[in-house]
Amino acid sequence: MKDMSRATFLKLAGTALAITVVVSLVMVNIDWMGMDGSTEKGPIVTMLNVTIVLSTLVFSVVMVMMVYAIWKYRAKPGDESDGEPIHGNTKLEIIWTAIPTIIVVGLGIYSTIVLNDIEAEASNQMEVDVTAQQFAWRFDYPEQGVTSNELHVPSGTQLELHLNALDVLHSFWVPEWSIKRDLVPGSDQPAGDNIDDVVRVTPDVEGTYSVICTELCGWGHATMRAAAVVESQEEFDAWAADQEKIPEGSVSTGAAGGKGAGVYNDQVAK
Amino acid sequence: MVAALKAPGQPRAILGLIIGAAFGFGLVVSLRAIAGLEIFQTEQTGYPHVIVPAISGPIGYLVGLGCFDYWFRWAAGAPTVPEDHSQHGAHSWKDYFKFNTDHKVIGVQYVVTTFIFFLIGGLLAMLMRAELAQPGTQVVDPGLFNGLFSTHAAIMIFLFIVPVFAGLANYVLPLMIGAPDMAFPRLNALSFWMLPMGGLLFLASFLAPGGAFDAGWTGYAPLSTGAPLGQSFFNLGVQFAGASSVATALNFLVTIVTMRAPGMNFWRMPLLVWANLSTSLLVVGATPFIAGAQFMVLMDRALGTNFFEFAAGGDVISYQHIFWFYSHPAVYIMMLPGFGIVSEVISTHARKTIFGYRLMALALLGIVVLAFAVWAHHMFVSGMFAWLRVPMMITTLLIAVPTGIKIFSWLGTLFDSKLHIENTSMLFALGFLVTFVIGGISGVMLGMIPLDIHVSDTYFVVAHIHFVLFGGSVFTIFAGVYHWFPKMTGRMYDERLGRWHFWGTLVGMLGTFIPMHWIGMEGMPRRVADYAAQFGDWNLVITIFSFILGAAQLVFIYNVVVSWKYGPKAGPNPWRAKTIEWQVSSPPPVFNFDEIPRVVGGPYEFGVPGARHAIMHSDEGAEVTEPEPATVGAASGGGGSK
Repeated sequence: MKDMSRATFLKLAGTALAITVVVSLVMVNIDWMGMDGSTEKGPIVTMLNVTIVLSTLVFSVVMVMMVYAIWKYRAKPGDESDGEPIHGNTKLEIIWTAIPTIIVVGLGIYSTIVLNDIEAEASNQMEVDVTAQQFAWRFDYPEQGVTSNELHVPSGTQLELHLNALDVLHSFWVPEWSIKRDLVPGSDQPAGDNIDDVVRVTPDVEGTYSVICTELCGWGHATMRAAAVVESQEEFDAWAADQEKIPEGSVSTGAAGGKGAGVYNDQVAK
Repeated sequence: MVAALKAPGQPRAILGLIIGAAFGFGLVVSLRAIAGLEIFQTEQTGYPHVIVPAISGPIGYLVGLGCFDYWFRWAAGAPTVPEDHSQHGAHSWKDYFKFNTDHKVIGVQYVVTTFIFFLIGGLLAMLMRAELAQPGTQVVDPGLFNGLFSTHAAIMIFLFIVPVFAGLANYVLPLMIGAPDMAFPRLNALSFWMLPMGGLLFLASFLAPGGAFDAGWTGYAPLSTGAPLGQSFFNLGVQFAGASSVATALNFLVTIVTMRAPGMNFWRMPLLVWANLSTSLLVVGATPFIAGAQFMVLMDRALGTNFFEFAAGGDVISYQHIFWFYSHPAVYIMMLPGFGIVSEVISTHARKTIFGYRLMALALLGIVVLAFAVWAHHMFVSGMFAWLRVPMMITTLLIAVPTGIKIFSWLGTLFDSKLHIENTSMLFALGFLVTFVIGGISGVMLGMIPLDIHVSDTYFVVAHIHFVLFGGSVFTIFAGVYHWFPKMTGRMYDERLGRWHFWGTLVGMLGTFIPMHWIGMEGMPRRVADYAAQFGDWNLVITIFSFILGAAQLVFIYNVVVSWKYGPKAGPNPWRAKTIEWQVSSPPPVFNFDEIPRVVGGPYEFGVPGARHAIMHSDEGAEVTEPEPATVGAASGGGGSK
């Protein structure tokens, strides 16, 4: 860097910027996260795009510096001399400590704002109690008094999902909605008071999706799926009227809790 | 025959294994008989007649091998055998199968053993990729698939990446600091021999009823507390590998602090020594937590405790806290030694001193401190206290700062240098810069909670971990193995084959792991034997590239094996490096130095006229004009007694 002229520096910086612009323009126009099917997903996708631009900038700067150094300072065959005895440059070192600090603290603040945004409670909520066990899902609707193996949602209503598992850890995810949370066995027990077992998501595009288990739960993990149907309020009401009632006296969560081994055994035996 | 069984060695070790296992088995059977219990308890979380021999058998093996002979003799008050150094140094290949106290022999034992486990772990990955080439079930059933990715990860982490760094440092670190050996040579040998015990327990789990452990290398409760017998083998294997790791780290700490040659103050230590100092601090602080976590699981399984039994008031999420309190620092345990290797390789092959040496060392210590304050970023969607997420996100993102300092300082080192990229070790070091920056960037993305909520437990995480552990750790391991191969074997490897290996590995690695980011973001969860048809095309591409990656390693094996036997002689210092290990013959003499070197300058003084790092013989050094600075605690080389 000792002999690097201002012109060379500007050329390298310009190359890195040009690469960043071109690559970013291509990358932000790809739907990396698939369809956007919930009001919470929009801010996450925006955040991804911001991160892609910053990441491309960092990566291009590093690559341009490295490729330039290899091209410029490669030793000729037979050259056994040493490089310049430069031990460091305090100003440069302060710069490359300070700039990343500013970037990551900025990203941290941005993340916190987005997190509060996507976890905000809406005025129109509907509670659904989600119960997972190896390898099936159950959805209870306490307001409608019905139960189902499919998740049905009126479009635009914020779901307040109360999560519980009966045997091992599972995780609730609909990729199109982005929001994900583990279902923890024992979250309905006294010892589970500190478990954050409520998660909110507002699907807003009608269609049929899949609830995917994303926490390893045994041999049937890959196929632990349930349908998630987003529909109009009328369709939802008609569907709810048709469903089985939640049996009298049944506790929607944790009724079959017990040693994980027992359930595991049963499943292995089948 | 009888003589062979009396003297320490493999025959007596096998006998010890048999006696140890039989003792454990007999103990369980007789105690259960006396207590009036059913003799063979075969609930899948039970099998005490298998678990206890699985502890006592390996210990019997270690006793038989001779790991404890000296200490037993001393404890029994028997006359001390004069130190005859018969267990020091290797004179034939057979000596590598014995209890040997020479750090150079132990280093080779470590590296060879861990590379064997690398191949085993790699074959397990090839099997997985074969199954994942197409949607549906073709090669293995889902139960076996879960066993494959669990053992793949456990072997790669506990039996390859963590210990191979310990092995490389075992070989070069005492030489670098001018010490005749490690501080505790017998403990060093015991540390090595505990390692294969852990590995064999992992592999033996394939033979257990119910198959290999299949709750992932993370072994989350309560899936692990209720899993078949194989899980207990994992719990026990981690104890042996973990004890090995902790003992080695203690050994490194004491060696680095007390055995540096005169004149080597902390600011004259090569960065590899700094890196291993930092790593050892992490190991000593963190590894007991995974040992504890696995003991708690084993006790829940076998002794009826209820640490993680939610129905009995246990706390499921606490397992994850204890586990990640080790396993996040473990990421740096698997990366900091690689940072050290890259500093040595880049400085040597760029013929230039490390840019910002002191900040490089301080960045390592900064990572050590931060590493203990970020573990819960693995748990953003776990249902833990919601308030813990933002503080852990901030500390996580801040780790990018010291890591960035290292990347920029390496780049700074490349400027105004004389780069020699014809050396395979330099290619791997530069390749590491590319792949590790990608892994670091995806790490920052995972650290941001809203993005993590979407990509957590998807293939994006698989891509990230492999960019960090393969593109990061494994690339630096290859850089280190190529760099010190001439030192360890006394022979040169074939650079042409090395370049083939590098390009095959780089192309295979990028082709395998880049598309995983894409299918992960699109919605493919990880740890699945089957997946939606929409991901079929990319998975086929990934499988093809993963086979290229696997095939490239065969080139490495061939190169190393043939060069070790037939390669041209290396000479003491083929890379014209400055650090002390290159100032002795290749391989170095049994006790490293005829006299303890004197350190008179920094380790990377390339291009500084008249600068020396170390003076190897007392009859030279008149030409050195720089005054020797005062040092603390550096005089106890310990060479006089040998």
